[in-house]
Amino acid sequence: MQRRGGPSGRGPQRGGGGGGRMDIASLEYAAQLADEKAANAGGAARRLLAYLIPFRSKLGLILVMVLTSAASQAVGPALIGMATDRFIKPNGDVTGLALTMGGLALVYAVGFFAARSQIALMGEVGQRLLSSIRVDIFQKVQRLPLGFFDKNPAGDLMSRLLNDTEVIQTFVGQALVQVLGSVFSLVGIIVAMLIQSPLLALVSFSVIPIMLIMTRIFSLWARDAYRRTRETIGDVSANLQEEIAGIKVAQAFNRTQAGQQEFARRNALNRKATMSATAITSAFQPLVDVLGTLATAIVAGYGGYLALQGRVSVGVLVAFVAYVQNLFRPLQLLSTAWTQAQASLAASERIFELIDTPIDLQDAPNAQPLPAVNGSVSFENVSFAYDPAKPVLNNVSFTAEPGQTVAIVGPTGAGKTTVISLLARFYDVTAGTVRVDGHDLRTVTQASLRSQMGIVPQDSFLFAGTIADNIRYGRLDATDAEVEAAATAANAHEFIARTKDGYQSKIGERGSGLSQGQRQLIGIARAILAAPRILILDEATSSVDTRTEVLIQSALNTLLKGRTSFVIAHRLSTIRQADVILVLDAGQLIERGTHDELVALNGLYAELYRRQFRYAQN
Amino acid sequence: MKHLRRSLIFLRPNTLLMTGAIISLVAVLVSNLLSPQYLQRAIDDGISAGNQSAIMNAVIMLLLLALLRGVFSFAQTYLLERISQNVAFDMRNLLFNKLSDLSFSYHDQQQTGQLMTRVTSDVEVIRQFVGQGLLNLVAAVITVIGVIIVLVATNWQLAIVELLSIPIIFALIGFFISKVRPLFGVVQSRLGALNTILQENLAGIRVVRAFAREPYEQKRYLTMNEALMDVNITINKRSSVAFPLTFLTVNVATLLVVLVGGIKVINGTITVGTLVAFLSYLVVLIGPVFGIGFLATAIGRAAVSAERVFEVLDARNEVEEKPGARSLGQIRGDVEFRNVVFKFAGAEQQALDDVSLHVPSGHTVAIMGRTGSGKSSIINMIPRFYDPQSGQVLVDGIDVRDVTLDSLRGNIGMVLQDTVLFSGTIRDNIAYGRPEATPDEVVAAARAAQADEFIGGFPDGYDTLVGERGVGLSGGQKQRVAIARALLLNPRILILDDSTSAVDAETEYQIQQALDKLMRGRTSFVIAQRISTVRNADMIVLLDEGKIIATGTHDDLLRENALYGEIVDSQLRKDEPVAAAEEAN
Ligand SMILES: Nc1ncnc2c1ncn2[C@@H]1O[C@H](COP(=O)(O)OP(=O)(O)O)[C@@H](O)[C@H]1O
Ligand SMILES: Nc1ncnc2c1ncn2[C@@H]1O[C@H](COP(=O)(O)OP(=O)(O)O)[C@@H](O)[C@H]1O
Ligand SMILES: [Mg+2]
Repeated sequence: MQRRGGPSGRGPQRGGGGGGRMDIASLEYAAQLADEKAANAGGAARRLLAYLIPFRSKLGLILVMVLTSAASQAVGPALIGMATDRFIKPNGDVTGLALTMGGLALVYAVGFFAARSQIALMGEVGQRLLSSIRVDIFQKVQRLPLGFFDKNPAGDLMSRLLNDTEVIQTFVGQALVQVLGSVFSLVGIIVAMLIQSPLLALVSFSVIPIMLIMTRIFSLWARDAYRRTRETIGDVSANLQEEIAGIKVAQAFNRTQAGQQEFARRNALNRKATMSATAITSAFQPLVDVLGTLATAIVAGYGGYLALQGRVSVGVLVAFVAYVQNLFRPLQLLSTAWTQAQASLAASERIFELIDTPIDLQDAPNAQPLPAVNGSVSFENVSFAYDPAKPVLNNVSFTAEPGQTVAIVGPTGAGKTTVISLLARFYDVTAGTVRVDGHDLRTVTQASLRSQMGIVPQDSFLFAGTIADNIRYGRLDATDAEVEAAATAANAHEFIARTKDGYQSKIGERGSGLSQGQRQLIGIARAILAAPRILILDEATSSVDTRTEVLIQSALNTLLKGRTSFVIAHRLSTIRQADVILVLDAGQLIERGTHDELVALNGLYAELYRRQFRYAQN
Repeated sequence: MKHLRRSLIFLRPNTLLMTGAIISLVAVLVSNLLSPQYLQRAIDDGISAGNQSAIMNAVIMLLLLALLRGVFSFAQTYLLERISQNVAFDMRNLLFNKLSDLSFSYHDQQQTGQLMTRVTSDVEVIRQFVGQGLLNLVAAVITVIGVIIVLVATNWQLAIVELLSIPIIFALIGFFISKVRPLFGVVQSRLGALNTILQENLAGIRVVRAFAREPYEQKRYLTMNEALMDVNITINKRSSVAFPLTFLTVNVATLLVVLVGGIKVINGTITVGTLVAFLSYLVVLIGPVFGIGFLATAIGRAAVSAERVFEVLDARNEVEEKPGARSLGQIRGDVEFRNVVFKFAGAEQQALDDVSLHVPSGHTVAIMGRTGSGKSSIINMIPRFYDPQSGQVLVDGIDVRDVTLDSLRGNIGMVLQDTVLFSGTIRDNIAYGRPEATPDEVVAAARAAQADEFIGGFPDGYDTLVGERGVGLSGGQKQRVAIARALLLNPRILILDDSTSAVDAETEYQIQQALDKLMRGRTSFVIAQRISTVRNADMIVLLDEGKIIATGTHDDLLRENALYGEIVDSQLRKDEPVAAAEEAN
């Protein structure tokens, strides 16, 4: 299925102006999706069942246990009945009573063990099933191209993992066993009825078709309603995630109250959606109840008429009235469970939707691992657009020889980072070819390509954990000494040594606990440790003071001898010594050459260069 | 348990709904009791007696009762769900409000995935307990008490045999809850950890991909997932016995009643009728006992989740408004630091060490210093993102701790070092601090921040969607939107924390020009690395290891301060700058 706008299919809803308009758009979108999704309805159930296949032997055992415990529940009252009939009367038989009770104790014991193992087994199956769904979600997330994450809110994806799986768990853990039990008693009662009187049996079954149709309609309604529930909780999570991430800005701008209102609004939408779903499911059970009574009425009325005519015996009729009551109890349980199953189906739809997202950037079927490279890089007539309506790179060609330092310069938004993203194959080129050592990137595996690169992205993301862990991310088997050497080269050692636990100091999410510049230093150390053939620094020192920057530079110069490196920086002092300087402007490569050549050329570079020093000097 | 009881306050606004739910519950019970009577009548007076109209009458009554029952059971389910949704709604809002009010120090130490788990998953656990468990519990207790009274009145000896099971059941339940309870906490925190891993993989996806660390992340995730599954299975194993065991207890009670009662009948002490009645009351008991057994684990889970929810709600806010805090009103913009000492929670070193600084209204101060020297820390004191351990920060001579946060921050426009934009249009983002701003004002702010041009380049202009669901912006573009956002506030105090680090020199120059005009008359704090950005400041403050080591103008410092000279040198390499500067002139 082609995805439009994101898995939840909803436009942004953040405060400010756009709210109402987006609501309408998303409603239309939801309507559109509903058609497509109706077709998937059966699919989701089948897919969910497929997750149960690995557990068939356990499920078989569970079935036996369910039967055993049901049987023990039926035998118990029978034994008591027997005892009352035979032994319990004035001057009755005490030994007989005692024996029967002994039998009863045995039956209860069996029932206890059966129930217990059935619950334990079912719970385990439910947990394992859930765990494999979670793994599938994560694995998918790891394979999706970066472009996917540009469009889909992290919070909504998290909601699929957190909330949607929980709904499935509730259903599998609780309802499934109930359903199994009901099916058994249902079959038993139907058989008994057919044997006693086929005619009356058929009469009592007459409301069942109505019930089936009703179940079908209600479950469709319920499914739609639950879909809204899942989507709105996804929205709540997306909002929550974004607000937590932006909490400092919200506080700085006095916008916490507005944020709270927006959250409450989404929260209320979720409550409303849940209440509509509840209205449907809680109307269903009473309706089935009424239908059951109707069946009783029909049996009593029509059966009474037959009895008057002498066509059935009064005894059979009385028995039938009781049967009909018993027939509808499991039926009611079943159809309620089915309606409730819609919640878990709606949840699994969202999960499968994610799992089924087509991946448009993946290793070619015959992709080869990229052998150890020398580090020559070439862009051949590369064009690229994130959004077809807005080209970002236009016919860019250049070559970097192994060991060269290539600087990319240009105004913000010119496409510098984009060039780097294409080199790492975060995105695929729209036209042209990117080659490393002559290999078209699309013919090699992504892992083999990236493991020979060290990238320090503009926003150097750190993980919650120790400082050492974060540096070691560059090379997992690095020794402590190597980690320290990398930190020293990145000029990070000094400040790390001053922290309480040194390299074992814990840092928070995204590196909180460090200043912005310190985070960048860790990011650089991480890339240095990777000892890549190709090093990419994308404004890697933008928040670092210039003195430290100079020190890093000289350390890098010795460390990276012989390796190809790409450097993006705005402080031209950083890039003056580059072997080649590429000047990008609005996605075009407009100048290239050494610093001296470009200054002599007197174009954009010379202009930028002069400006920088003019302001510094005067 | 304490926390679970505390969470019942969320039920208080729902008294009316609860009354409705209880009435419906009773109505359903009553119609359930009446139905068998009419069925009886249909059989005895109608079918057996061969009386067609008696059948019809009874049948019609049955249908009416079914309708009645239908209406009330609908009401009961619906109301219960409504109550539980209200509880969840209020709880989530309260959690969110608390989270958005908690100070920077709190958020420095929390993980998004963990917080999200509390707001969604833990609240859901409590909701389910409230929705399904609570009323069932109440109904069960009422039923049990009723049955006890009837039984004791009928035959106290048999009653004792029969009722012996009840304390046993409660003891068993208590035992099992205590055994698995700690594990529920483990489940929720592992779930939070799993969520955090996913969250980090989403937020840091570029880094994961860049270092080809997918297998590593996968292992991390699988390990946590496995750990979560294991503890869930353990809980399940341990608690799987609870439900059958309560059931077994009732069964044993039945058995004893039949045995003891049977012997009594045989001895002629009681009649068969009494025994049968006793047995049928046992059947009535089974339902609620069923429910209680089922609830045993639900209570344990909910108690742990309630504890986790209240942990957030009770978290101490380090930056709390004073009870009598007054509004700051329109300020001149005079800022003073008096012997400010500040240390981050859990840090070894002081981030600010006895900082004193007076910035008269209208002045521009540039703060320079090494990475980690405390530049951001200084400016974070002014809007009171953190409170100092000692010393004072004064705005217009008033301690910032004496005024309301809203009025203080309303006077300050800030560009934080870490640029965060929200999902929405570019216009929404610029107008973030002043949603009522006119389109012209938005454009003017964007112009000053040199953002107007690139925004115009988008097909949708200012209505272009950015953020999580919109187009990506380059780092420098984001920074310019953030600058426009701060400028639009038209603040008395403007704070720019390294806000042009990702902007090219040319654009920075133009922003600088616009800012020079805009900053006139305002007090501004500018953190920057480039000399070109700071040289025109009224005062440059040099920081090192949290101490102010020099203050003065560019020329003063160039003359007097060796360190400043070094910084300048690092940007202008020997011979080159002179040549370049000459060339420029
Ligand atoms: N993920 C993205 N989705 C859509 N557009 C993007 C994305 N990232 C960048 N762009 C756009 O592409 C252009 C080039 O961006 P970028 O390469 O980041 O510039 P820079 O030269 O500053 O590194 C900009 O106009 C930016 O708005
Ligand atoms: N949230 C935090 N928790 C603990 N320590 C922090 C936190 N933020 C910064 N630090 C530490 O405080 C010192 C000053 O940081 P900061 O003011 O951000 O430096 P900068 O001068 O680069 O802006 C640094 O050593 C940094 O590691
Ligand atoms: Mg800083």
